[in-house]
Amino acid sequence: MAAPSIKVSETPLVLYLLRRADDALILGHRLSEWCGHAPMLEEDMALANIGLDLLGQARELYTYAARVEGKGNDEDKLAYLRDVRQYRNLLLVEQPNGDFAHTMVRQFFYSVFADLYWRAMMKSSDATLAAIAARSEKESAYHVRHSSEWMLRLGDGTAQSHARAQTAIEDLWAFTGEMFALDQAERALVDAGIAIDPAAIRPQWLMTISNIIGQATLARAKGDWMQQGGRIGHHSEHLGHLLSELQSLQRTFPGARW
Amino acid sequence: MATPTTPLWEVFIRSRNGLAHKHCGSLHACDATMALQAARDIFTRRGEGLSIWVVPSNAITASDPSEKGMMFEPAESKIYRHPTFYEIPEEVGHM
Repeated sequence: MAAPSIKVSETPLVLYLLRRADDALILGHRLSEWCGHAPMLEEDMALANIGLDLLGQARELYTYAARVEGKGNDEDKLAYLRDVRQYRNLLLVEQPNGDFAHTMVRQFFYSVFADLYWRAMMKSSDATLAAIAARSEKESAYHVRHSSEWMLRLGDGTAQSHARAQTAIEDLWAFTGEMFALDQAERALVDAGIAIDPAAIRPQWLMTISNIIGQATLARAKGDWMQQGGRIGHHSEHLGHLLSELQSLQRTFPGARW
Repeated sequence: MATPTTPLWEVFIRSRNGLAHKHCGSLHACDATMALQAARDIFTRRGEGLSIWVVPSNAITASDPSEKGMMFEPAESKIYRHPTFYEIPEEVGHM
């Protein structure tokens, strides 16, 4: 009875949009997992708020991807009816929540990137993407502030919070390189002025995170080796579990509404 | 949960320019910066505000509920303190 996966015609622009939409959806879903479980009520609300911001970004990107593809798919089908190998998100965002420090370091790495990315994308020659960027940038700017303030307090807090934050930095560092990678499919979009070359924002990203990590009395991870694969559907074991929960209802009761 | 590391803060929101900040609730946070962020996330999610104040709850000096009689009851019988004995000209409109 389970609904089968859809086929998506991944032209360069559709693929590009799916990659960004998947980043937002998967990270937003991860944050939603904290709902009712955060260390304090105030943070429970804050994490859910950020998750909802990301879900909103994902919806706009999926809707636009479906329109560009023009094959009768829509935001729900793209989110609920693609298998794990069809997902195009960064490996970073699918990493499990772990402890609060892991969640916050993951958020910090991604939000600093996303804010620089959306700010640059406001100049995209694609009017729809530029509009999505303008809205998303305001949200991501707050996500940067929220996660940065927590980085300072975790790093410069107690011995335990410091150790946990440092471990999270080491554990997640190898997933940060993928944010700045550019493949052949995206190169043409960069040349057309639709997309940006993410390598151009890496120096600023590195400077911002080094600055906060330093202020937090933490240290950057030393390794340079970077894990990749999410952009072409090679995911860690965690994404399949996440999707089985995210998609279970629509897979079991296709088209269910309430 | 109240702990020594996350004291209580009172939150005041100004909903529009020209209006006063109004008390809207309280929250726990480790310091003023985090209290302001939490206030934004908890109390302005539906566009309720343009400005937020947070104040440590222990900075507020409150009247004692058991002194209600002495403090407030004497005012109840002084109706002459209400400006209800004046005729307000039409042109003044709502006061």
